[in-house]
Amino acid sequence: MKAGPVLRLKGLVAKEWRQVVRDPSSIAIAFVMPMILLFLFGYGVSLDARNVKLAFVTEAPSQAASRLAASFEHSAFFDLSRVATRQEAEAGLLAREYRGVLVLASDFDKRLAAAWEGRAAAPIQLILDGTDANTARLVQGYVQGAWAKWLQLEALTEGRRIDIALTIEPRVWFNAEVRSRNFLVPGLIAIIMALIGTLLTALVVAREWERGTMEALITTPVTRLELLVGKLTPYFLLGMGGMALSVAMAVFVFEVPLRGSFLVLTGVSVVFMISALALGLLISTLAKNQFVAGQIALVSAFLPAFMLSGFLFEIGNMPAVIQGLTYLFAARYFVSALQALFLAGNAWSVIIPDLLAMAALAAVLLLITAKRTPKGLD
Amino acid sequence: MWRRIRALVIKEFLAVWRDKRSRFVLIDDFGNSGAFEIVRHLRASGEIKPVIDAKDASVVMVIPENFTRRLKGGSAGVERGRPAVVQFITDGRTSNSAQVLAGYANTILERYNAEWLKRHGGKPVPATVVVTRWFNPNLDSQWFIVLGLVAVLTLVVVLIVVALSVARERELGTFDQLLVTPMRPFEVMIGKTLPGLVIGLGEATLIFAVAVLWFEIPFLGSVPLLYGALVVYLLAVIGIGLMISSLVRTQQQAILGAFLFIVPAVILSGFASPVENMPDWVQWLTHANPIRYFLIIVRGIFLKGLPADLVFEQLWPMAVIAAANLGIAAALFRRRLY
Repeated sequence: MKAGPVLRLKGLVAKEWRQVVRDPSSIAIAFVMPMILLFLFGYGVSLDARNVKLAFVTEAPSQAASRLAASFEHSAFFDLSRVATRQEAEAGLLAREYRGVLVLASDFDKRLAAAWEGRAAAPIQLILDGTDANTARLVQGYVQGAWAKWLQLEALTEGRRIDIALTIEPRVWFNAEVRSRNFLVPGLIAIIMALIGTLLTALVVAREWERGTMEALITTPVTRLELLVGKLTPYFLLGMGGMALSVAMAVFVFEVPLRGSFLVLTGVSVVFMISALALGLLISTLAKNQFVAGQIALVSAFLPAFMLSGFLFEIGNMPAVIQGLTYLFAARYFVSALQALFLAGNAWSVIIPDLLAMAALAAVLLLITAKRTPKGLD
Repeated sequence: MWRRIRALVIKEFLAVWRDKRSRFVLIDDFGNSGAFEIVRHLRASGEIKPVIDAKDASVVMVIPENFTRRLKGGSAGVERGRPAVVQFITDGRTSNSAQVLAGYANTILERYNAEWLKRHGGKPVPATVVVTRWFNPNLDSQWFIVLGLVAVLTLVVVLIVVALSVARERELGTFDQLLVTPMRPFEVMIGKTLPGLVIGLGEATLIFAVAVLWFEIPFLGSVPLLYGALVVYLLAVIGIGLMISSLVRTQQQAILGAFLFIVPAVILSGFASPVENMPDWVQWLTHANPIRYFLIIVRGIFLKGLPADLVFEQLWPMAVIAAANLGIAAALFRRRLY
């Protein structure tokens, strides 16, 4: 009875920590998952298309045509196959053997010669597989690049001049090499923290209700606040540990730049972690059984962190309704702040609004949880 | 040509305003393209950084002072080989939109080039690329993503339902009651399989309906083929769920174990990033991933009307995986039961 709040809290944290240590699954999520994912993002996943399989059909072979084919073969972007007929190439497009088909019609050479004399341009037909729209757009850009190079070479070979009034000089800021792992890593951190903060917390609190041990805890002199703090502290530490591991591996092993300050990164992560824990807590007080809690956590934390946070699919490209939905999930703000911190530096104009939004979400969630938590045993 | 792109994205875009003359047409071309929306005009290069930092714009186009001089010189052949240069600054933080935006800009500039040369007596380009897009003429990326979600969402829900089925009984102690009934392990397994199958079929049907009715994605293939493939896919997923379920002791382990499988498996499936872009050894790994095959089948049946022989090419490896998964699960199950 004499035990003070500090001692009670210590006891609760120790109890919860023991549960974490005894169950390898929570440790696996915090430390094994980041390593697997970073490994995959570092070596496996890339949104940058290379060796695009392209079929090349010339209905009437000519020197200009073979020079065009050669300029595609020399590009690192393409893996060119010469195909005899248009039908064969189109069948290959259906079977996903090629991403696109280049067709030079039988009159290509004649029309090209006429075009040098000022007639209409000779068409190079490009048929793209539009199924993967994003890749199709990239391929179209690459083809146009190879086409421009071929034109210049062609002009040199033919001893002619090509008029170009205007060219474009692309500059990609923050990620000059356009490495996709640089913008995928922040999303990875958001996924790990959503899994630990929301899913794991929802499960462990729901388990206490499911097994009836929550009632046992409520009958002790522990106050509700102490109970919450005691339950959440170990998972908070676990989540921050997973975050630290991800950042360290990203920076030191995979050479993702960290241009902002580590302190700000920690601050942003703490705020996100609190909002994730608050969501997990709310879910478990509403569900009180692990099965339902797991399903709700999935829909409200994991899927938004994966799909709606803007790290894999750009928010600007989503339908308006879904864009509106993204504002309701902390992952959106977290990924945006992380991307700024990793690649742009301490961009306060992005980070401060993101921080405020996450803090507001956390406050709302905690408020609802406080209202919904039963005061005693019913 | 680019008008047909019917760009789905309204991209913010702004231009640094330096040269006072012929840029108007160019800026109008961008503003009217449907792909870009001009949000601000800047006057000095120092104004660029805050705008990009704060994501006020995805692209800044810089038109240099010598723009008009070069433009005229280039076409008249005075400053040969020195065309006007427009700088196109994109934000590399967000996926590969930088490359996609540069692609849009190139198309607009090409047209501008052609028109300028025509009007000012330059020679037209001797050959152009004429693009036709099959299966998704407007390159609507939602089609790709929504159809991918059929595979991912059913995977997540079915896997968790099945993985939890045994774990929950074990945690709550009802599993011992199952053991004393005359049911054989095989029968218990069937009983745990069917709910996952029913839930998966229902959920996939719901997403199919949303895809067709709300997103208006064309359905060109055969319904029986689609559902046949769906059942095989679900069996493969259920096999994994049963394996997890028989290996774990608690529900928490079951759910976290499921995620330990889901996250890497989805990333290595072709759901978001094409399998062809991965290094060879990772591509080789993806052959064991049922999601990979099902994604090709769903997208193919919807958008390409994939014929039966091409569906079977993807279906049989998935069937082998399903058989292997269910076999291993059955073996684990038997060991756990006795």
